[in-house]
Amino acid sequence: MNVIRAQFKMQLDSFALDADFDAPATGVTALFGPSGSGKTTLLRCIAGLERAAGSLRVNGETWQDDKIFMPVHKRPLGYVYQEASLFPHLSVRANLEYGYKRIAPAERKVQLEQVVEWLGLSHLMARGDVVSLSGGERQRVAIGRALLTSPRILLMDEPLSALDSNSKLEILPYLEGLHYELDIPVFYVSHAMEEVARLADHLVLMNQGRVIASGEISAILARLDLPTAQFDDAGAVVEAVVARQDETYQLTRVDFAGGFLWVGKVEQPFGTRVRARVLARDVSIATQAPQGSSINNILNARIEEIRDEGADKVMVRMQVGEAQMLLSRITRRSRDHLGLLEGMYVCAQVKSVALM
Amino acid sequence: MVILNNMTDLTPSDLQAIWLTLKLASVTTCLLLLIATPLAWWLAHSRKWYKGLMAAVVALPLVLPPTVLGFYLLLVMGPHGVVGDLTNTLGLGRLPFTFYGLVVGSVFFSMPFAVQPIQNAFEAIGKRPLEVAATLRANAWDRFFSVALPLARPGLLTAIILAFAHTVGEFGVVLMLGGNIEGETRVLSVAIYNHVEAMEYGAAHWLAGGMVLFSFIVLLGLYLSGGKLLKVAK
Repeated sequence: MNVIRAQFKMQLDSFALDADFDAPATGVTALFGPSGSGKTTLLRCIAGLERAAGSLRVNGETWQDDKIFMPVHKRPLGYVYQEASLFPHLSVRANLEYGYKRIAPAERKVQLEQVVEWLGLSHLMARGDVVSLSGGERQRVAIGRALLTSPRILLMDEPLSALDSNSKLEILPYLEGLHYELDIPVFYVSHAMEEVARLADHLVLMNQGRVIASGEISAILARLDLPTAQFDDAGAVVEAVVARQDETYQLTRVDFAGGFLWVGKVEQPFGTRVRARVLARDVSIATQAPQGSSINNILNARIEEIRDEGADKVMVRMQVGEAQMLLSRITRRSRDHLGLLEGMYVCAQVKSVALM
Repeated sequence: MVILNNMTDLTPSDLQAIWLTLKLASVTTCLLLLIATPLAWWLAHSRKWYKGLMAAVVALPLVLPPTVLGFYLLLVMGPHGVVGDLTNTLGLGRLPFTFYGLVVGSVFFSMPFAVQPIQNAFEAIGKRPLEVAATLRANAWDRFFSVALPLARPGLLTAIILAFAHTVGEFGVVLMLGGNIEGETRVLSVAIYNHVEAMEYGAAHWLAGGMVLFSFIVLLGLYLSGGKLLKVAK
């Protein structure tokens, strides 16, 4: 039952929204696409802030169909805007409590002290006005304010894009925490691949008002037929666990089904789930196991798909281990020179792995 | 003792005119807040085709000579007017040449001065804070009282001050509608007019000078606090 079933049609000035998708109402679902692709409009439709024709069911409950349109204030959701949009006439505390006071006491699953502690807001609680807060502080208050309505789903519209890079780093851990610590499903609008690769479990890919793909992030990012494969920072996502520490060389081994990668040392304990990102431009291909290579991660791989990309490049999708996909962007010349074909067994040389 | 001597120029009738004027302005301002706030909200948010028409009607007293406004109100509220018949059958009698007639006239006369600052304030708030409140479970009434009104406070204060001051300075409408009845409709401006007609320049000076001072203080307060209040609203 933890599923969102949405179908919206709406004519806007610049484009027509025609979205039809299912997404799990667990973990983080990213609505991803270029600006102007209708991500924010779709999120606003889910919130009921836009009234599009269509239907919406959340966890088996109908929020909208031909007859029903549940008003925004009746939907058990939290909404975080790009700009924090705190109420300027209220104090930090009153902002946080605004939604909390408006839900039935029995439904208050998230408590003020909890949110204040988790988001590190205690030193701001005495502030009479919100105008003097920094960008990062405001956004934390906004997230806390939304969480205090004990939402059954949290909608976030590019919550980082209005922040400078320091404030982004300040907020990101909390967004990741939503992922692991709070059991609230999140719909997250973003046009930044890096954020999405770091936070999302599920990806709804949008282009020109349409949903062009929806699925697990590792599956979507491994597809060569989608625009994501053409990004400069295209690459695979590897879900792995911390398996071994090499104290001598200060490296950590992370394992995935049927394989492993060495990464720069991380302090997490054994068994911690981590997510690694392997960019296509950081993976090269050799037809034989290279001798005397400085590269730490050389994996046996099977070529699944090769797709031309422009005049000079090709994108190669390979399987490593039991089911893990890696992408590699190489020149067309190398492909022909090595005689690479789908189904061939090769060595994938991974020059760099980024742990998220 | 010059001041005391001059004070004697103010007759009990003058003091009554001052009191009446303040009473008229207070009652008018209170009524206007109740009428202008929802009207301003509607004008700020409606997308109906007749919104422009309503805005024009509300703004009419800005350009209309007060005598014209007073003349038509006199006709409508008079013995042969629609409103006049209504008030008569309700047992309220006829409104012209009564204090309540003046109140009705003042409400129309000062309407744009109350509606426009409030409407501007509502428009300046924009949709966002109200949307945020909706996602935080506030229904429409709740959003209006907990978000829109507090954020529109500078506009409301401006409206109160302007409506009050504008009513205090009313002359044409009063003369057309209420005449010159002591204790009932003889407000300050009319009292000054009477003094001047009677060549009592001393008394006229006291009242007129007081009006100048009052108006100046009102505007000064408006501009001094206005700047500060507007900043808070952002």
